[in-house]
Amino acid sequence: MSMRTPALDLPLLFVDVRISAGDTAILDRLTLRLEAGAPTLLIGPNGSGKTTLLRAAMGLLAPSSGLITWGGREHSPPTRRAIVFQRPTMLRRSAAGNVRYALAAADVPRDKRARRTEELLADVGLSSLAHRPARRLSGGEQQRLALARALARNPDILFLDEPTASLDPYATKAIEDIVRAVAARGVKVVMATHDLGQAHRLAGDIVLLHRGRVVETGAAEGFFASPQTAEARKFIAGELLV
Amino acid sequence: MIGDVSALQLIISGDAGLFAIVKLSLAVSLSAVLLAALIGMPLGAALALTRFPGREGVIVLLNALMGLPPVVVGLAVFLLLSRSGPLGSWGLLFTPQAMVIAQTVLVAPVVAALTRQTVEDLWVDYRDELAAMNIGALRGVATLLWDARFSLTTALLAGFGRAAAEVGAIIIVGGNIDGFTRTMTTAIALETSKGDLPLAIGLGLVLIGIVLAINALAWVVRRIGERYAG
Repeated sequence: MSMRTPALDLPLLFVDVRISAGDTAILDRLTLRLEAGAPTLLIGPNGSGKTTLLRAAMGLLAPSSGLITWGGREHSPPTRRAIVFQRPTMLRRSAAGNVRYALAAADVPRDKRARRTEELLADVGLSSLAHRPARRLSGGEQQRLALARALARNPDILFLDEPTASLDPYATKAIEDIVRAVAARGVKVVMATHDLGQAHRLAGDIVLLHRGRVVETGAAEGFFASPQTAEARKFIAGELLV
Repeated sequence: MIGDVSALQLIISGDAGLFAIVKLSLAVSLSAVLLAALIGMPLGAALALTRFPGREGVIVLLNALMGLPPVVVGLAVFLLLSRSGPLGSWGLLFTPQAMVIAQTVLVAPVVAALTRQTVEDLWVDYRDELAAMNIGALRGVATLLWDARFSLTTALLAGFGRAAAEVGAIIIVGGNIDGFTRTMTTAIALETSKGDLPLAIGLGLVLIGIVLAINALAWVVRRIGERYAG
């Protein structure tokens, strides 16, 4: 499959971003640069700000202060990026109907939607379940359908918020295989996980978050081989970051 | 027309007078529910998705309007449509159309209030997904109404129940004219006061049967729909 044209929404830049809920800072003066390339895995304990970072990166949350830019633009409609939430909401229609809805939302011409729906369902291994009500799919199947729906937008950047949380190993492998295939096509994958094994398997880069701040970031190989901070060493060792 | 025959005989024999009344009743109530749905569903959905000063007060008012007394609505519509009223030139008083208007006023708040609650609950789940798909407001409302369709059936049934059961509004604006604006509920009230109980009972049985049949039909449609759409 051919590689994509350069992504308009990259680099994605967070500059001194603060997002707060009341007096509590969820992201605390966070600065981060995400470039095209291999998947970036966001890791960190619960409450470290992974989900908030993804939502802000998608443009669903505005920073209380600081700046977020997509490809150098401060205001960028989410036409070239997509997100899969940890618990995606299935629209009340068939699996194929969910994908068709996403294609329509992405302004894909009507005469191309049927074929594209088949392709996307095939990509995520759901062809045989195309006509099944989406809400009757298993958790893993719903996550794959959410991925197909996200890919219907033909995104430059795909944000995934712990897509394999609470899935069994078989379903987790299916999702990871799709993530690898998507990344191989040139889509920038930014994925939150609390599973260090998964970070090992998928990451090109790692961003370790703790208490709303970036503690350490870098290439996955170097991060796991020689972490630079005490927090990273503790987290890799399986100790609790509190 | 009726004489001393039993209620069941009237129904079984297909009494023309009885079935003319049934037909008009259904036409008026179903038209009112349709109009109320066209008004109430978008209104309820809009209220669920918008935020403005005084919104809570509007919601309380809308909920209160579900209990609007039919006779008061009948009186208000009567004043509007009477010859000296602002809409008197329409010449609708004592017509089935006036009855449809009155029942629409009664049913629209029921549909709007139940739609508002249903859509607001659904919005909690859908908000992020629709925002992520860059869905605009109008398309979002259409999506929510469609995905809430099975729950909204209940709102329509509640509206139909209110329309089919009420007598106060339509007797005022319709006048209970034999063969023209007489419905099941107004006929039951009249025949009971006249002592013609077989017709009153017959109409009552038909009314209950229709309400049961429509609810059963809605239940079957809902179950089939859920099987295919989840």
